[in-house]
Amino acid sequence: MPSVLTYAEVRGGDLRKISLEAASAARALADAYGGEAHVILSGGPGVGAHAGALGEHGADVAFVSEHAAFAQYNPEALSALVAERARNGYAAVLIGGSARGKDLAPRVAAKLGAAILSDVTALARDGDALVATHPVYTGKVTATLRLTAGSGPAVVSLRPGAFTAAPAPRTVRIETAAPSGDPSAVRVQVKETPSVDSRKLDLAEAPVIVSGGRGLKAAENFKLVEDLAAAFGNAAVGATRAVTDDGWRPHSDQIGQTGRQVSPALYVAVGISGAIQHIAGMRASRCIVAINKDAEAPIFKVADYGIVGDVFEVVPALTAAIRAQRAKG
Amino acid sequence: MDVKFRIAASGNAVDETGLKWDMSDFDGYAVEIALQMIEKLGTGEVVVISLGPDAAQEVLRKALSMGATRAVHLKSDTVPFDSAAIATALAAELKDGGYDLIMFGKMAIDSASGAIGAMVGEMLGLPTVHGCATLEVANGKGFARRELEGGAEEVTFPLPAVVTIDEGIARPRYPSLKGIMAAKKKPMESKPAQLGAVRVTVDAMALPAERAAGRIIGEGAAAVPELVRLLQTEAKVL
Repeated sequence: MPSVLTYAEVRGGDLRKISLEAASAARALADAYGGEAHVILSGGPGVGAHAGALGEHGADVAFVSEHAAFAQYNPEALSALVAERARNGYAAVLIGGSARGKDLAPRVAAKLGAAILSDVTALARDGDALVATHPVYTGKVTATLRLTAGSGPAVVSLRPGAFTAAPAPRTVRIETAAPSGDPSAVRVQVKETPSVDSRKLDLAEAPVIVSGGRGLKAAENFKLVEDLAAAFGNAAVGATRAVTDDGWRPHSDQIGQTGRQVSPALYVAVGISGAIQHIAGMRASRCIVAINKDAEAPIFKVADYGIVGDVFEVVPALTAAIRAQRAKG
Repeated sequence: MDVKFRIAASGNAVDETGLKWDMSDFDGYAVEIALQMIEKLGTGEVVVISLGPDAAQEVLRKALSMGATRAVHLKSDTVPFDSAAIATALAAELKDGGYDLIMFGKMAIDSASGAIGAMVGEMLGLPTVHGCATLEVANGKGFARRELEGGAEEVTFPLPAVVTIDEGIARPRYPSLKGIMAAKKKPMESKPAQLGAVRVTVDAMALPAERAAGRIIGEGAAAVPELVRLLQTEAKVL
């Protein structure tokens, strides 16, 4: 029975949440084929310690590749490693579509001469084919794509947050995956720069996101959004494209079809009118709150709860209320 | 892209009636940064390539009016939803071009796959960097910054290379009247695209389900206590 291969992303020694999402997606697809879920776990010395967590999420085998040259993202050696393993009769290779996954997946596909399904939000087996959904036209249309099996595996990149990391514990077998060449002899050299604030929660991981738009009127007023995020204690700060284009916030904070796609438990939209490009990035949130002075703003059409009002009045009141509520415990 | 899409009668495409073609945002950034590089160097040329039906020539003409030197149209009346098939055609065209740097937008705004640039890089066997938020070249080397979730990374690579361009790198210039006039005389070569095998097909296109209609719970700061109550007891997210 064909098995499914996935790739586990480790950054700064930490296993990324997207890796567990990919492991769970691989488990479900492997079950559909009656095969096993295998994972490539590569990184610096000690990375093999993450195999257990992947086993908890359904991985039958972890192929561990520990090498100093894998401590940093190493796209050339890593894509070679994944492609080499993928040549062992797998039905599919699933790669979580983080910034690095989006770089890795097409490289692996091209190395294998395989077809690719990108930024997939659902995936199923249909006989010899894979059927996937993928948002197109800035999220205004959903395409259902069919990849007809060829001689090799299909490569699939998964949209972050679209697949749930679900416990499916099994005892993971550990095998060694040795790179075929010298992984330090590569042309593309990558060095991760420390993030400005290492405590900062990432948009993909945060259960709450507070996001600001043009309604805040000036860059310095983002303090309102930051204060509300701080009150929640487990929130990340996002922004609209208008705001990042104007340089109020870094581009990496942009939520939307062309930026980050997020699905937190709670999304608070502050002074955001709700352009379709933004909604495409946050409509998968479980609960959406909108605060905007214009009652006709399209954001209210997707918000579970809306407050019409001046953000400069409502947001500080909400910040105080959340603080008080958390103080109660 | 503030248009309302309709699904075509076939059920597996959008109805293109009345849609106007334009350069994809990320490709605009790539054209702009390429022009800036050539201007800074004071030498060299910017060649623009597009694969698609005849309408692709309008987009190429726009790049020429921005300042590109010449254009190549790889003609294909239909464009498959298959990144590998398209990348194969582009790689075949680019293979013997002798380019120092091959740039793509990070992704197309319509198909939103973001895979073609890196696939072409691999197919050509060239150093490849996907999603450059900054890009500089000097002395045969490239330097780029890529944004990650909650971080960034610095990438160095030798030229020739293939890169894809992220947002925020540069604002594309508007074509000047002089540029538009000059573009009419610039060379545009059109030839059939040599697509690879098409393995990905579209079963259906559909408009995504609307979220259940929400409600406006009140006005101003007075509505905050009710919001907190609903978040706690109804949505259970606090």
